[in-house]
Amino acid sequence: MPLAGGEGADPLAFLASAPLATGGIPAYALGMHAIQVEALTKRYGATLAVDGISFATEPGTTLGLLGGNGAGKTTTIAMLLGILIPTAGSIRILGHDMATDRFAALARMNFSSPYIALPGNLSVRENLRVYGHLYDVPALKHRIGELTEELNLGEFLDRPAGQLSAGQKTRVALAKALINRPDVLLLDEPTASLDPDTGDLVRGWLERYRAQSGCTILLASHNMAEVERLCHHVLMLKRGRVVDSGSPQDLIDRYGQDDLEAVFLDIARERGKAAPETVP
Amino acid sequence: MRASTRRIWGMMYRHLTLYRRSWPRLVELAYWPVLQMCIWGFTTNYMVQRMGASGVAPGAGMLAGGALLGGVLLWEVALRSQMGVAISFLEELWSRNLGHVFVSPLRPWELVAALIGMSMIRMFTGVLPAILLAWLLYAFNLFALGPIVVLFFANLMIMGWWVSLAVVSLILRHGAGAEPLAWSLLFGLTPFSAVFYPIAVLPWFIQPIAQVLPAAHVFEGMRAAILNGVIRWDHMAWAFGLNIVWTLGAALLFAVQFRAARVRGALFSVGE
Repeated sequence: MPLAGGEGADPLAFLASAPLATGGIPAYALGMHAIQVEALTKRYGATLAVDGISFATEPGTTLGLLGGNGAGKTTTIAMLLGILIPTAGSIRILGHDMATDRFAALARMNFSSPYIALPGNLSVRENLRVYGHLYDVPALKHRIGELTEELNLGEFLDRPAGQLSAGQKTRVALAKALINRPDVLLLDEPTASLDPDTGDLVRGWLERYRAQSGCTILLASHNMAEVERLCHHVLMLKRGRVVDSGSPQDLIDRYGQDDLEAVFLDIARERGKAAPETVP
Repeated sequence: MRASTRRIWGMMYRHLTLYRRSWPRLVELAYWPVLQMCIWGFTTNYMVQRMGASGVAPGAGMLAGGALLGGVLLWEVALRSQMGVAISFLEELWSRNLGHVFVSPLRPWELVAALIGMSMIRMFTGVLPAILLAWLLYAFNLFALGPIVVLFFANLMIMGWWVSLAVVSLILRHGAGAEPLAWSLLFGLTPFSAVFYPIAVLPWFIQPIAQVLPAAHVFEGMRAAILNGVIRWDHMAWAFGLNIVWTLGAALLFAVQFRAARVRGALFSVGE
């Protein structure tokens, strides 16, 4: 279970009381946080996009990043992926410092977002081959076969990725994200623009993959039902700061609401329970 | 296969697949070099005929024509090498795929190596038909110059690569707005590269610009080989030396701009 807090919070403090997550935790991860973030800050000129956030996640858990537009979710994910250099703070993923050793971590991570495309003029199979090579996946043909079966890609495996429906593209993006059997998976709104049926299927695949592999998932989403279903712990972001955190049920109970969406609205509109600016 | 080699191959495979499934793309590679060779070949034929009619010895006209055609063919080597890198990078930009590429374990130098590999394939696919055409239509055999042609090719390819590395750096800095440089930057250096005339023909204040361009030394060397039958090693040494300096400069520019793009968060949005 992760701990979140503003600058200065001890990201290791939860270890004393937090239970281990469900799912098969990989042997490598014993005694190690999958993701450990300390005092992470990103400033663009006068704008503070992320303001000294700290958190840590245990292997095999799913952490949700929630917040309105501009809260700092995508900026945080970009820094976790090493594609954006923080202004201050540190990130360790699977024990690797992302400032000095990011490629070792990137080989064991993957990422999916509906807002970043795969080459549309390559077929699904060709796209998976490209990323299989980039991630140095052993027995690539076999792995593509596995993903084809698990994610039902067979009927469009040899069609150009650009000609697929939104739901099919999401499945392909997920296949790309799982091609290297990642130990850490970052997902930016993985079910955005999907119909409820496809969205439900995707959530099911993610649950199964995490349970089977012990993968740690960090999920940014605006779909509160999705977060309630998938996440063990949630960080509520607002104006670049963590304003609250806890398990979905814990947050629902504390705010006296029926679901996470109502909690989200309370925090966004600063009503109901006085939302703290930072978690002590 | 080592992981690094495999990542480079993965990026090359991504681009090769595009050509495998699109014959217009394949034809386009050879289109401009062949067109250039047709235009300049017929122009050369006409000039040689006029020179003969004016009493110039036929051999002299042929040599001058050869120098012109050699210039056309070898300059295409530089141009195609430069475009090979820059357009392959732009393909990533156009497909909005850079976000995925840069969060994979692919190192920046591996990306550059893959782009250079694609550049070599694109260049040879484009220029070899033009060389063949020059031999068939105009009886001009570039390879008759001997092994020195390999050094001419190598220097011009390297020049194309460092120019394109500078172009890619500018695209990282200025986004898609810098796209036109992929087509225009090396063309803009043509007047200073002494492709069709010696450096000495240029005005005195332009000559220093030509002197620092590797291509100018390659073409001086080419003319010496065609017109006088001598190999000017001094020009080859200058060309290689300058290429080393410019390549280091372009690599530094790329490293600085790549890091700056990571600071600004431009790698997610560079295609927009």
